[in-house]
Amino acid sequence: MHIEIRHQAFNPWHELEAYTRSASHRNQAGACATFVGSMRDFNEGDTVRTMHLEHYPGMTEKQLGVIVDEVSKENGLLDVLVLHRVGDINPGEEIVLVGCWSSHRKAAFDSCRLIMEALKSKAPFWKKEKLLDRERWVSRNTPG
Amino acid sequence: MSVNARFFASLKERVGHGSVSVDVAEAACVRDVWYAVTGEGPGEEVLVAINKEYADFDAAVVDGDEVAFFPPITGG
Repeated sequence: MHIEIRHQAFNPWHELEAYTRSASHRNQAGACATFVGSMRDFNEGDTVRTMHLEHYPGMTEKQLGVIVDEVSKENGLLDVLVLHRVGDINPGEEIVLVGCWSSHRKAAFDSCRLIMEALKSKAPFWKKEKLLDRERWVSRNTPG
Repeated sequence: MSVNARFFASLKERVGHGSVSVDVAEAACVRDVWYAVTGEGPGEEVLVAINKEYADFDAAVVDGDEVAFFPPITGG
């Protein structure tokens, strides 16, 4: 299991390849499900120029660990990778990567969704959008 | 006793600082810490953590606690 907060842009596909190559479960994993979340240049009808993502150092990692532990135990996962950006982000850049490895596909598919939904409600991150004429804090996540 | 109150995101801007040491009475709860800093009710949805674990406004605090206040989460 690897959980990391990133202050710089990352390429999720390179990250997945590197992590998979180094993983000890390589010969046991029959399935890997991934989710990649990226920044849009629009929200609620407005153009979004850039975004700032704030987190609560220490608590964010701790809560992500709790989420990943619970879902891993529930679904018997072999491994999980979670990367999440913070700081200033531009449209098109990745915000989050979740990878779940398991022996069979159902556990990987289900777990990837469960981890993402829990992350969006329990891991302390906050988005502030820079629009064309003002800034605003995002008050709620999109339903899904 | 003294606790460290922390504020994040929009609450940091509303309160005017991200971290402040607060003196509260023995047997104080999270709500007392909030009032000691802001002097008013939350007025909107505010989430609470004590020492990086989720709590609520009625939870007791002890000397040296880190008590954090933040708005609903919008990551991912």
